[in-house]
Amino acid sequence: MKLNNLDFDVLNAVANLKNIPSGAVNIRKDGEAVVRSSSSNIKISSHPEHGGLVVEIKPGTKNETVHVPVILTKPGMRDKVYNTFIVGEDAEVTIIAGCGIHNTSHSDSRHDGIHEIIVKKGARLKYAEKHYGQGEGKGKRILNPSTIIRIEEGASAELEMVQIKGVDDTFRSTVAYIGEKGSLKIIERLLTHGKQRAESDINIYIEGKDGNAQILSRSVAKDSSEQVFKASLTGKTSCFGHVECDAIIMDNAKIKSIPALIAEDSDAVMTHEAAIGKIAGEQLIKLMSLGLTEEEAVETILNGFLR
Amino acid sequence: MLEIKNITMAVDDHGENKEILKGINIKFEPGKLYGITGPNGGGKTSLAKVIMGIYKPTEGHIYFDGEDITDLSITERARRGIAYAFQQPPRFKGLTVQDLLKIAKPDIDNNLLRKTLRDVGLCPEDYLERDLDASLSGGEIKRIEIAQVLVRNAKLSIFDEPEAGVDLWTIQKLIHIIMSNYKNNDKAIAIIITHNENVLPVCDEIILIKDGVVAAEGRPDEIWPLICDDIECKKRQECRGEMIYEIK
Ligand SMILES: Nc1ncnc2c1ncn2[C@@H]1O[C@H](COP(=O)(O)OP(=O)(O)OP(=O)(O)O)[C@@H](O)[C@H]1O
Ligand SMILES: [Mg+2]
Repeated sequence: MKLNNLDFDVLNAVANLKNIPSGAVNIRKDGEAVVRSSSSNIKISSHPEHGGLVVEIKPGTKNETVHVPVILTKPGMRDKVYNTFIVGEDAEVTIIAGCGIHNTSHSDSRHDGIHEIIVKKGARLKYAEKHYGQGEGKGKRILNPSTIIRIEEGASAELEMVQIKGVDDTFRSTVAYIGEKGSLKIIERLLTHGKQRAESDINIYIEGKDGNAQILSRSVAKDSSEQVFKASLTGKTSCFGHVECDAIIMDNAKIKSIPALIAEDSDAVMTHEAAIGKIAGEQLIKLMSLGLTEEEAVETILNGFLR
Repeated sequence: MLEIKNITMAVDDHGENKEILKGINIKFEPGKLYGITGPNGGGKTSLAKVIMGIYKPTEGHIYFDGEDITDLSITERARRGIAYAFQQPPRFKGLTVQDLLKIAKPDIDNNLLRKTLRDVGLCPEDYLERDLDASLSGGEIKRIEIAQVLVRNAKLSIFDEPEAGVDLWTIQKLIHIIMSNYKNNDKAIAIIITHNENVLPVCDEIILIKDGVVAAEGRPDEIWPLICDDIECKKRQECRGEMIYEIK
């Protein structure tokens, strides 16, 4: 199966791909792998039972990127997949995931991606996942990603999860377990508009001594969209944890922000900051006094906030 | 030329109509540097906001280069060449110093970007990429605010207490920059709202605003004694006054 222009539009939106990248890559379209190649350090194969991806990164691999985007273009498509990523000891790699849906039909398109990520001792991972939907039909574009990540001793991971446009309904679940001196940073960027609904549920367990976790979420809810953000951090030992959720609310939108801190050790240091508010009038006035119209000023503020 | 004609401005203060500016008349001429001064709460910032279009006057008119701009929006006034450096600049999450300067002057090139920052005493390497968020100090955000107005090279530039929160060394430099930009520029008008005794004497004209009216207007040598008297007199009254009241 060939990839057409429309496919590349969507691939570009979710993974910045204008053509098929070199190195390890797997492009999944409408439930099937249409492009797959491994590199000498990164092996991509299918799981013998459920057929999902297994991405194995050799210990010590440095500065490699693996692309594993998913696109849905068939109307009414429902796709569910289990993927496993194993980042070998001391490896330093980037995984570009992400899912884009093009749906012009009146039936719903839906992708449920279930990811398990293991970051082995001393490894460093950057993981980026972007969600995007397009198409004018009444059919909803639904994405339900679920991620379980285990960070072993001295390993670190940065997860960047972005959903800016066109996804009607999303329920994102993220669970993380952090080992000794492990570190995890989750960056979330979310924009909802129209009647969209988005829920994000993050549970992090810091199990190893001197583990470290940060959740930084910024979101914008426009029109009559709804967002629910739940972030729970559990510190089981001496550790550091911080949750920050910052939301801009507009029009008739609704936002629920529920950070939770659970400390099970007197040496657990945990903090959270949560804020919901409109765009500050002074910010708009400042930008308008530099010559922007009110609409341009709003755009500029939102784009910056979600950058 | 900027002409303020009989400007009155009131705000709604907890349901009460509160008059802040009470019939202000001033003519600002191109090629001149004006200093506006006066006691806290006198109405200086309110006047600047009325000129920028942030506050709407309840009465009166504003003419800019012959055009009645009283009903123009902030954006339209900005596009006609009015620039205002806020007394208390807002902060932005996710916008950098560079972003804001580029909004202020869309065709800015790299050299000018760097020069503008250096002019206000900020090292471009350290500041171009900095977020304009709460991590900047009060003096830093103030200098960036001034940089934004300087870079626009507008027909009318208003600086609202540019010296506030800025360290002494930089104040001298800032004054110098503002002076050299406007002192011999026969097309531009600069207005500095200030309490600084080094800034006021170098202005071409000083306007004293008190209780929402222009209390005095003239050359620095005419106005400066009035201000000094006023300050001293007030102090004298304060200490004696208390005793007098007690005796009563
Ligand atoms: N939006 C507003 N709502 C209510 N009162 C206001 C508003 N804006 C200004 N005022 C009041 O109007 C008066 C003049 O304020 P303004 O900020 O113009 O003073 P100022 O001369 O700039 O003082 P300062 O030297 O302290 O900066 C003050 O009493 C202030 O509290
Ligand atoms: Mg003021």
